[in-house]
Amino acid sequence: MTAPAPTGIDAATDALRQVMLATPRRGSALLRRSLGHSGLVAGGVMLVAIVAVALAAPLIAPHDPYNQDLARRLIPPIWHAKGNWEHVLGTDKLGRDYLSRLVFGARISLLIGTLTVLISGTIGTAIGVCAGYFGGRVDAVLSYVVTTRLALPVVLVALASAALVGGSLQGVIVVLGLLLWDRFAVVTRSATQQIARTDYVAAARAIGCSTLRILLSEILPNILNALIVVATLEMAHAILLEAALSFLGLGVQPPLPSWGLMISEGKQYMFFSPWVIGIPAAALVCLVLAINLVGDGLRDVTAPENRD
Amino acid sequence: MALLEVENLTVDIGLSAGVLHAVSGVSFSVERGETLAIVGESGSGKSMTSLAVMNLLPKRAERHADRLVFDGVDLAVAPEARMRALRGNRMAMIFQEPMTSLNPSYTIGNQLTEALRCHRSVGIAAARERAVQLLEKVGIPAALRRLNQYPHQLSGGLRQRVMIAMALMCGPDLIIADEPTTALDVTIQAQILHLLADLKTEFGMTMILISHDLGVVARVADRVAVMYAGQVVESGAARSLFRTPRHPYTRGLLNCIPVPGRTAPGTPLGAIPGQLPNLIGPRHGCAFRERCAFAAPECAGEIPFVAAGPDHHVRCVRAGALEAAA
Repeated sequence: MTAPAPTGIDAATDALRQVMLATPRRGSALLRRSLGHSGLVAGGVMLVAIVAVALAAPLIAPHDPYNQDLARRLIPPIWHAKGNWEHVLGTDKLGRDYLSRLVFGARISLLIGTLTVLISGTIGTAIGVCAGYFGGRVDAVLSYVVTTRLALPVVLVALASAALVGGSLQGVIVVLGLLLWDRFAVVTRSATQQIARTDYVAAARAIGCSTLRILLSEILPNILNALIVVATLEMAHAILLEAALSFLGLGVQPPLPSWGLMISEGKQYMFFSPWVIGIPAAALVCLVLAINLVGDGLRDVTAPENRD
Repeated sequence: MALLEVENLTVDIGLSAGVLHAVSGVSFSVERGETLAIVGESGSGKSMTSLAVMNLLPKRAERHADRLVFDGVDLAVAPEARMRALRGNRMAMIFQEPMTSLNPSYTIGNQLTEALRCHRSVGIAAARERAVQLLEKVGIPAALRRLNQYPHQLSGGLRQRVMIAMALMCGPDLIIADEPTTALDVTIQAQILHLLADLKTEFGMTMILISHDLGVVARVADRVAVMYAGQVVESGAARSLFRTPRHPYTRGLLNCIPVPGRTAPGTPLGAIPGQLPNLIGPRHGCAFRERCAFAAPECAGEIPFVAAGPDHHVRCVRAGALEAAA
C-alpha cells in the first residue's frame, strides 16, 4: 500500500495556505471603520478639499494673487449687489483678486501646520517617551525642561526672533516648531508611563528586545492614538498662531497671501466691507474644524479596543 | 552538569523605610529535562527569584549571587547585550496574566514571529510557518486564521496558549512559567497543565514552574522548592516532599488543601495563623517561628539548611524532633 496521492483539493488548500502565510491582511478593516464614522468622513472631506485646493492653487486661481489693480479695489463678492463674476470673492484694498489670494493662502496655512507639527511632534514625543519610560532622574530633568518651556510665552519669543532676524515664513515655522512640543511631551509621557508598566512590555524584555525596539515597536504604537489627537490639536493651534503672528505683523510678511495677514489687512475695512475680514476668517474656521474632526475621528477609529 | 545553578541568591530592594530583603540566600539547581516547582505564598520572593535569573528585576532591586550559571554562562557578570541574546532565545518566560501580556496593537502572528525574527535571521513566511506549527501544537484550532487576529479576539485560555507558543518559538532550553494558570478558570487550568506536561515529554523541556497552588505543582513537578519570606525552607523530589513534608510550613500548606476521599466532609480545613513577617531590615532566626505551632527557643538562632533524606533538604531545627513526635 502506498500513501494516497494528494487530491486537487489538498493542493488548492495548500496553495491558499502559502498565500495566507506570505501576506498578512491589513488595512481593510480600518477603512471600513473609518467610513462608518460620520465626523471623520465630514472632516476628511473638508480637509481633502482644502488640501486639493492648496495643491492645485495655480490651476484653480482665476488671477495672479500678487497682481494689483487700484482701479478695481474693494470690489464686493458675487452675492453682493455690486459683485461681478470676474472676481468671485471680490478684491482687496489693492485690487488683488480675493479668491486667488485665499486659494494660495491655504498653501501657507497647511505648510505651516504640517511642518510645525512634524518638528514639534518629533521633539515632544522623544522627550515624553524618554521621560515616561526611563523615569527617575531622566524624568526629573526632562520635566524641568518642559516646565521651562511652558514658562515661555510663544508670542514673546516670536516677537524677539522677528526683531532679531525679521519675520518670515521659515522663521514662523522654526519658532512654532521649537515651541509647540510641550503638549506632545506631557501627553506622551503619561501615556508611556502607563504602557511601560504593562505585562507585554515586560514580555518584550523577556524575549530579548532592546530598549530602542521596545520604545519604537511596543510603546509608540500604543500611544499613537493619543499622539494623533495631540498632533491634530497642535496643527490647528499652529495654524491659528501663525494667523495671530501674521496679524500682529510678526509672522508671514506681505505680499505673501497668508490668511492671518488677510484678516489683519482687512481689519480697517471691517465696518464698510466686512467680507474682507469675513472670508479668510471663515476659511480659517473651516480648516481648523476639519482638522479637529479628523483628529477625533482617527482617535476613535484607531483605538485598539475598537478593532474587530 | 545542571542547566541552571543558583547559589546564595539575594535580592534587596532599597525603600525609604529600609532595605527589603525580597530574596535571601536562595540556592537551587535545575537539571536538563527536569521541572522544578517553586512554591510559596504571595510575597515569598518566588517571582523575584525568577526575575533575578532573567535579570529583569525592577531598577531599585539589587541582585547578588555566589553562583548564577546558566549552561556555562555566568549570568551574574553577563553584560546586558549577552543577557538580551539569551532571553527569549535560550530562556523564555510565560507570564501570569495572559490578558495583559500581549500587545493589543499587534496581531498574534506578528507577536509570535517577533521573538524568532529578533534572534534568528528567518524570513516572514518561515517564521509564520513555525508560528502556525506551534499554535497547532499548543492546541489552538484554525491556527492560520488566529495569526491575523488581535489579542482581544481571543479568550484567556487561548491567550495563555499563545503565550506558551510564543515562549517556544525559539526552542529555548529553559522555560520559566510564572503562575501560568493563576488567572485562568479551573477547567482551562487543567487543560494548560496537561499541555505543559505534554510539551515537557515531547520536547524534553526544562521548566521552572512558579506557583502558589500545590495541586498544580504535584501534577507537573519533578522537584519542589518551598519558599517562605525570601528563603527556601524545604526542597526535594516532589514525591518525597509531598509524602513526608518536613518543614512545619510545608505541612501547613498541605493541610490547607482538601483531598477527595481523605478529607472527611464537614471537617474544617487547616489554616496557618498570622501573616508573612515584615521583610524590611535585618532578620534573625527562622522567619516562620511566629506562626509555627512547634516553635522553640532555639528557633531564634541561626537555622542551617540540612539534609532530611535522600535529595531532601529542610531549613528547620525542630524537623528531627517533629519527626520523632509524629
